[in-house]
Amino acid sequence: MEFAIEIQDLKKQFGDFIAVDGISFSIPKGKIFGFLGPNGSGKSTTIRMLCGVLRPTSGKGTVLGLDILQDAEKIKQNIGYMSQKFGLYEDLTILENLQFFASIYGIPKKELGCRIDEILDLCALRGRENAIVGILSGGWKQRVALGCSLLHKPALLILDEPTAGVDPVSRRVFWEVIHTLSREGITILVTTHYMDEAESCDILGFIYRGKIIALGSVGEIMEENNNKNIEDIFISYVEKISDIKVRGSFRDMKDHIE
Amino acid sequence: MNFQRFMSIVRKEFIHIRRDKASMVIAFIAPIMMLFLFGFAVKIDIENVEMAVVDWDQSTASREFVQKLKNTDYFIDKYYVSRDQDAIDLIDRGLVKVAVIFPPGFEKDIHKGKEAEVQFLIDGSDSTVSRTALPSAVMTANQYSVQLKTEAMEKKGAMAMGGKAGVAAKARVLYNQEMDSIKFTIPGLVGLVIQNITIILTAFALVRERERGTLEQLIITPIRPIELILGKLTPYVLIGFMNFGMVMILAIVVFHMDIQGNVPLLLVLSACFVICALSMGLIISTVAKTQLQAMQLSLLALLPSVLLSGFVFPREAMPKPIYMMGYGIPLTYYLQIIRGIVLKGVGIEYIYQQVILLILFTILLISIAIFRFKKRLD
Repeated sequence: MEFAIEIQDLKKQFGDFIAVDGISFSIPKGKIFGFLGPNGSGKSTTIRMLCGVLRPTSGKGTVLGLDILQDAEKIKQNIGYMSQKFGLYEDLTILENLQFFASIYGIPKKELGCRIDEILDLCALRGRENAIVGILSGGWKQRVALGCSLLHKPALLILDEPTAGVDPVSRRVFWEVIHTLSREGITILVTTHYMDEAESCDILGFIYRGKIIALGSVGEIMEENNNKNIEDIFISYVEKISDIKVRGSFRDMKDHIE
Repeated sequence: MNFQRFMSIVRKEFIHIRRDKASMVIAFIAPIMMLFLFGFAVKIDIENVEMAVVDWDQSTASREFVQKLKNTDYFIDKYYVSRDQDAIDLIDRGLVKVAVIFPPGFEKDIHKGKEAEVQFLIDGSDSTVSRTALPSAVMTANQYSVQLKTEAMEKKGAMAMGGKAGVAAKARVLYNQEMDSIKFTIPGLVGLVIQNITIILTAFALVRERERGTLEQLIITPIRPIELILGKLTPYVLIGFMNFGMVMILAIVVFHMDIQGNVPLLLVLSACFVICALSMGLIISTVAKTQLQAMQLSLLALLPSVLLSGFVFPREAMPKPIYMMGYGIPLTYYLQIIRGIVLKGVGIEYIYQQVILLILFTILLISIAIFRFKKRLD
C-alpha cells in the first residue's frame, strides 16, 4: 500500500515541555484521516512538523514520499494547508487572495484564470469574488481559505480545525467539498473537535499529551469500545489517562444542576 | 529567484498600501513635521577641528605657529601637504575643515618687523566650524603677535614698541560664505528625515504578517526568502523615493536650499540610501515579534544615527570610540554625500569612498534580512 504520510517516533520538545512524544502513524493515499485530541495535545505541532515549518527534535517521517527533514521545500509545493487561525489577507478581495496564492504556487498565467474559476465553483465562492475578505462571515472565510490551499492541486490537504467557529450549514457545505476531494484521490488530514465530522473520516487517530492513544478505522475504534459513539469514546480516553471526571452528556449536566 | 513569485509579492504589497490610506498619509506627513521641527530647532558647538597645513616657509616660526594653533585644542594638524590645491582638495573631500597656508618669507617678515601674513581656508559648508574657526584663528595670531612683541621688547628695549611686528590671520571661507547654519543643517536633515520614515515603513512589513497570522500561511508555500524580502522592499523603494522628492522640494522652497552639484548624481545616491534604510527596517521586521516591538526597535536604531552620524554634533569633536561607531551607521556616509553635493558641489571623485561604503552597507543589510528570514516557526 502507498502511504501519503509515514512518521516514526516523531518527537518535539520546547524547552522542558514535550509537545509531541514519539508518535508514529501511516496514512494510505486517498484516505481522510481525522486527527483528534483535546486542545494542547500536540495536533498542531505534529501538523507543523509534517509541513516542514517546525523541525522535529527527533524521529523521522515522509510526506508524499519526501523526507520531512531534507525536502521541506518540495513538500510545500505539493501540499495544501489551512490553519486554525485564518491565514489569508483580510484587506484583499477573494479574487485577489486567490490570484496571489496562485502565482505564489507558480501556476502559469495561461492556466491561472481557468483554475481560479474551477475553485470558485468547487468552494461555492461565486457571486462575491470582489468582496474584501475581512467583511465575510466565518463560513465564507473558511471556504476562501480552502480554495487558496487547493489552487495548485495538492496531493495532500492538511486542515487544522477548519470548521472551528463555523455554523452547522457552512460546516456541511465544507465537508461536502472534503468528501468530493477525497473521491478524486486527494489524501486529507483534518483535525476537529466535532465528533459528527470525525465519524465521517476513514481513519481516526487520538492524540493526548503528545502520545497517540488510539489509531484505526472508525469501525475498528467503535468495536473496541463497545459501539459507543465517538464523542463518548473520546471522553473516556481522556478520563482513563487523566483524573478528570467528565459528565456523560450535556443533557445530564443540565438535569444535575436543576 | 522566481520572478513570478517576486512580482506577486510586489503586487500584493501595493494592494495593502492602497487599502491602508491612513498609514500612507502618516508616512507623508511625518517627514514634513520632522523637517520643520529640526530645521528650526537644531543648533551646535565644537572642538578638535582637523586641519591641513601648507608650509611654504618651512621655518621655526611657521612650526611654532602651528603649535600655537594646536594648543588652543580647537585645531589638530591632521595633514601636511605641499600645494595650496591639495589643501583645497582635502576640504572638498571633507577630510579637513580648515587649511592653514604659510607663504614663503613668513619668518623673514617677522624678523624684519613687518606684518607676516598667514592664510586660513575655512569650510563654510559646516557653519558651526566656520563660525568658530575664524575667531580661533584670529585669536591665535593675535596672541602670537603679542608674544613676538614682548620678545622683541626684551631684546631691543622700548624702541620696538611702535613696530608693526606680528602675524595677521587672513581667512577665506570656502562655500556658504554667509556661514548660514540653516544651509548646513538642511541637507543633513533631508537625509535624517528620509531615514526615519523609511525605516518605519518596512519595520512593520513582516511583523504585520506575523501578527495577523498570514505569515504562517505564507511560509507553507514554496516562496523563497529572497523573493519575499525583495518583493516587500520594492513598493517601499518607490514610496521612500517619493518621500525624498517631497522633502527635497520643501527644503528648496521653504529653506532655500540650493544644490551646487550634480542633481542626477544626488538622486541616484539618495535612491541607494532609501534602499539601505528600508533594509534596516526589514531586519527589524525579522527580529520583532509584534508591531509594538518593531516600533521600539526602530526608535532604538534611530537614536544613535541622529547623534553619531554627524548630523547634530560634528564627529571630529567626539571621543575616538564614539567617532568610530559613526562608521557603522549608513547615515554618516549619506550625510557626507548630500552635504558634499548640495553645499560644495563636488563630483563623485571626491565622495567615491562614501558611495562605495553606502552601497556595501545596502547589499550587506539586504543580505542579512534575507538570511535572517527563516521559513520556520521555531
